[in-house]
Amino acid sequence: MSKKQWESRKADYQARMNAAAPYIHAGKVVAAADTTRVLEAVIRPFDRVNIEGNNQKQADFLAESLIKCDLEQVHDLHMVQSAVPLPVHLDMFEVGIAKKLDFAYGGPMGARVAEAIKHGKLELGAIHTYLELFARYFIDLTPRVSLVCAYEGDASGNLYTGFNTEDTPAIAEATKFRQGIVIAQVNKLVDKVSRVDIPGDWVDIVIESPKPFFLEPLFTRDPANITDTQVLMAMMAIKGIYGEYGVKRLNHGIGFNTAAIELLLPTYGEELGLKGKICTEFALNPHPTMIPAIESGWVESIHSFGGELGMQKYCEARGDVFFLGPDGTMRSNRAFSQTAGHYACDMFIGGTLQIDRFGNSSTATASRVAGFGGAPNMGCDAKGRRHPTEAWLKCGAEFTSQSEYLGNMPRGKRLVVQMVETFGEKMVPTFVDELDAWKLAQNANLALPPVMIYADDLTHILTEEGIAFLHKCGSLEERMAAIRGIAGFTEVGLAAKPAETRTLRDKGIIRTPDDLGIDRMRANRSLLAAKNISELVEWSGGLYDPPARFRNW
Amino acid sequence: MAKKLRELTFELKAESPSALPTDFLHYGVVGSGDMEVIMEHQELAGAVRIIVRTPVAGFDEVWRRVLERFVNQTGMADARIEINDNNATPVVVTLRLHQALAEIAEGGARHV
Repeated sequence: MSKKQWESRKADYQARMNAAAPYIHAGKVVAAADTTRVLEAVIRPFDRVNIEGNNQKQADFLAESLIKCDLEQVHDLHMVQSAVPLPVHLDMFEVGIAKKLDFAYGGPMGARVAEAIKHGKLELGAIHTYLELFARYFIDLTPRVSLVCAYEGDASGNLYTGFNTEDTPAIAEATKFRQGIVIAQVNKLVDKVSRVDIPGDWVDIVIESPKPFFLEPLFTRDPANITDTQVLMAMMAIKGIYGEYGVKRLNHGIGFNTAAIELLLPTYGEELGLKGKICTEFALNPHPTMIPAIESGWVESIHSFGGELGMQKYCEARGDVFFLGPDGTMRSNRAFSQTAGHYACDMFIGGTLQIDRFGNSSTATASRVAGFGGAPNMGCDAKGRRHPTEAWLKCGAEFTSQSEYLGNMPRGKRLVVQMVETFGEKMVPTFVDELDAWKLAQNANLALPPVMIYADDLTHILTEEGIAFLHKCGSLEERMAAIRGIAGFTEVGLAAKPAETRTLRDKGIIRTPDDLGIDRMRANRSLLAAKNISELVEWSGGLYDPPARFRNW
Repeated sequence: MAKKLRELTFELKAESPSALPTDFLHYGVVGSGDMEVIMEHQELAGAVRIIVRTPVAGFDEVWRRVLERFVNQTGMADARIEINDNNATPVVVTLRLHQALAEIAEGGARHV
């Protein structure tokens, strides 16, 4: 009987590194010009490969180098990566370098993902949340080779990822500890890194890229584009939900609605006497629109998934609020911040493109495989949560159907809020009979329609018409009536029966601005603590350095 | 490219009407996603005549419902309203109409 081999992964690793050896100099350094040759040396056909990139930073130089590989040597790769937002990510499937994809967020390439699936160029594994995909890196989707990015690297492989640490620790750990290969593109090769974010012995190869990695300011919203309607809805949110439940720990989704809330805290929130009672701790990217609330002393702490372009110096100067290293610069970490958003936050509030008549919501359209990034991890009730807070207990106590499962056992519930105008851009209705996700599932041959937030996790919908407290409803029928009652002049809303809506208002299941004692006449941009980017810079004492495209003064 | 404007006219009557003060008011702007409203007193036997100029087609019934609700909620009567729309959503239409009416109630025959 032959002896069982227990170190085949190690031997495979060694063989691949031996093939790359001629290109590696001065420790772990490879010249940028040799990048494609090195990738050909260490990557084998059908390998599971990760290219780091999410909705913020991108290992773009390594991606551009991978697609130049000789198709004879590198083909049919199984890409496991957070996001595919760059054209090169999809070009990879067009030319045949890659074949299969497991990911979390499509962003601007959502339409191309759908096309590539349709034409047989891309075999879709599954759409995940960030945290779910990271989890699979440690179970069944461990990368053989990972291509990551950092601000600084040294010859021993130490990396400084700093403000934009994001996904790197999760990827590097999963890859390296299964004898995989970690290759880093760095903006600068240095003698000594500013801080060791990734230890050198987790990294095999360091390459100084010809230009800094691409960074997308996805979370920057110019207050100049906030409308009076958004101000009205923000007033409703602060008074009718934040104040009502005493929500202290939370996450805000991307968008102008939540930006309006952030800018109303120091004005309307202050006026309601809510300072210190709401919005004290966040799992949140460094949103520039948070600056006035931070400066006004509202916020105790913010842990971030990633860094936001232009906010670096501001965060470093507000060490009591953000998470800084001993070197004085911030460290973000997507895996930990997503975990925090899932387990330690009492509320998620965000937007969507469509909500169906039952309350399921999705940003998928018939022709775009968008993916939802982190929203579903925060936009759901964390069933493993055990620690109580006031907001969580109150929402649980109001959750009418909980006793159907638990009898008399008390349990809390996360607030999950969708904040949407009844009509979106170009008068496209937000409320629909059936989500376009069903059509997408058919068009792209998906096993199930991609839903961002399921109706059973959703507790509140907030529109300009009012707030529906869905968890207070006793039946699906009642939930559907509550949704109709705040769906305005959409087809779904026009089916509302005035008497039924009246009853729901009396039961406190629907609350309109009038019910909340909100004066619509005050819903005006003049309530915003900052009305444009320039005023945000002013609030920050000049520390916020907005990207060029947001400088319009 | 200039889009062709459509003109819709509605003649509505509140369930319990009360006449608009004999004032004139111009409110709002016609920036994208917004609208301009001109309200003035006009003897119409308790009715309200509303003229909507809009680049958007296919929402005539939504306009009717939005305007009906406004007229009924406010009890507005004997008034002529002109709306110059630039892709305003129903909520913006409602908000601007209420804001214009509030300005008049505050005694402001003025341009805002």
